[in-house]
Amino acid sequence: MTERLLPTPSHTIGPFYGHALPFPGGGEVAPPGHPDTITLHGYVFDGAGEPIPDALLDFWQAAPDGSLDGAAGSMRRDPSTGGFLGRNGTDFTGFGRVATDADGHYALRTLPPGNSGLPYISVCVFARGLVHHLFTRAYLADGADPLLDSLPRVRRATLLATEGTHRTYRFDIRLQGEGETVFLEFR
Amino acid sequence: MALTQSDIDVEIKDLQDVYDKAVAGGAPVRHHPVRDYPPYRSSVLRHPKQPLVAVNGGDPETVELSGPVFGVTDITEIDNDLTRRHRGEPIGERMTVSGRLLDREGRPVRGQLVEIWQANAAGRYAHLREQHPAPLDPNFTGVGRTLTDDQGRYSFTTIKPGPYPWGNHTNAWRPAHIHFSVFGTAFTQRLVTQMYFPSDPLFPYDPILRSVTDRAARDRLVARYDHALSQPEFSLGYAWDIVLDGPSATWIEEGR
Repeated sequence: MTERLLPTPSHTIGPFYGHALPFPGGGEVAPPGHPDTITLHGYVFDGAGEPIPDALLDFWQAAPDGSLDGAAGSMRRDPSTGGFLGRNGTDFTGFGRVATDADGHYALRTLPPGNSGLPYISVCVFARGLVHHLFTRAYLADGADPLLDSLPRVRRATLLATEGTHRTYRFDIRLQGEGETVFLEFR
Repeated sequence: MALTQSDIDVEIKDLQDVYDKAVAGGAPVRHHPVRDYPPYRSSVLRHPKQPLVAVNGGDPETVELSGPVFGVTDITEIDNDLTRRHRGEPIGERMTVSGRLLDREGRPVRGQLVEIWQANAAGRYAHLREQHPAPLDPNFTGVGRTLTDDQGRYSFTTIKPGPYPWGNHTNAWRPAHIHFSVFGTAFTQRLVTQMYFPSDPLFPYDPILRSVTDRAARDRLVARYDHALSQPEFSLGYAWDIVLDGPSATWIEEGR
């Protein structure tokens, strides 16, 4: 067994990532006008119950057919201007990135994930003040699931997105305190 | 009453002592910072109090064992040169920052996205919320992107960022740093971090750096001056390798 390398420590994203990481169309993972498009949206709250206006969320999910291969082109560029072109309208990249707005709200328009078991979208949360990102999952349906079944009822509920009208799913993220979201570590 | 640096120093020292004592007593080394780190005031309401829930990475169906991919359409040719985005050249000490993106087995992460952002030479970000009364540089935005090559190598041309004050406590200053955002082959390996420069006198005072309580882990955030990377009449070279944590699909295959 070779000696494993020691990992580079995480650090906070800080307050000034806004001109660097978010990109136009970051939350538009579904091809424009696709009839199966769903909207995952919600608020990110701190331990005082205040919305966090400077959080950044990365999303990763299976394609509708269950593929986990992803596709390049989430932040497709225009080589003549250096600007952003948006996705190409056919490939499903599986990756989205959205910064919360001044209300602490985010919205991701995507296609239903086709992963095995209950459908879920994986979320990675970054924020000023958060020195190491947090992983969670937005489950789009309830049922038997090894992770959900391992949790007490109240905690389990924090991972379930609530279906609303017009194919919307509400998924709030509470970093701390009452209703604190279940955050995950992968071993 | 406003908090002073010496108030923060006491808190930093106390938490350092607690960590050092725990490790001396056999506790595991912590490679990552403590999310609940009160000397960094913004962390107080922004960390979970419940323990993280472990997901068994042994199930290959786990979505997070795969991750986003990027390609040539996602970057332009000059994205890794932060000095060539404007009509003129930015003010500052020109640098070549380069290194390898690796997993914990030492394998290169190939063709993956590396994003950076930083303050200008005067310590100011080109960000509207930035209030530090240092000059903006019309020739510097401070944002770069690249894809790693077949050896997992990345390289940026930029200028050395300045240290800057922030509002954590009275007279709080961040050591000069470059923010990095990187992806591995698995979403579990996602990393956002900061690269520092050798021998910065601000290191001991900075609660963000000190939230990494392990000394050796902090040292891994500091780039090395590498004369071989310096380019004659052009730039000074800094080398910094990044090692990603977390299981991946390839990790499972080999761990079986």
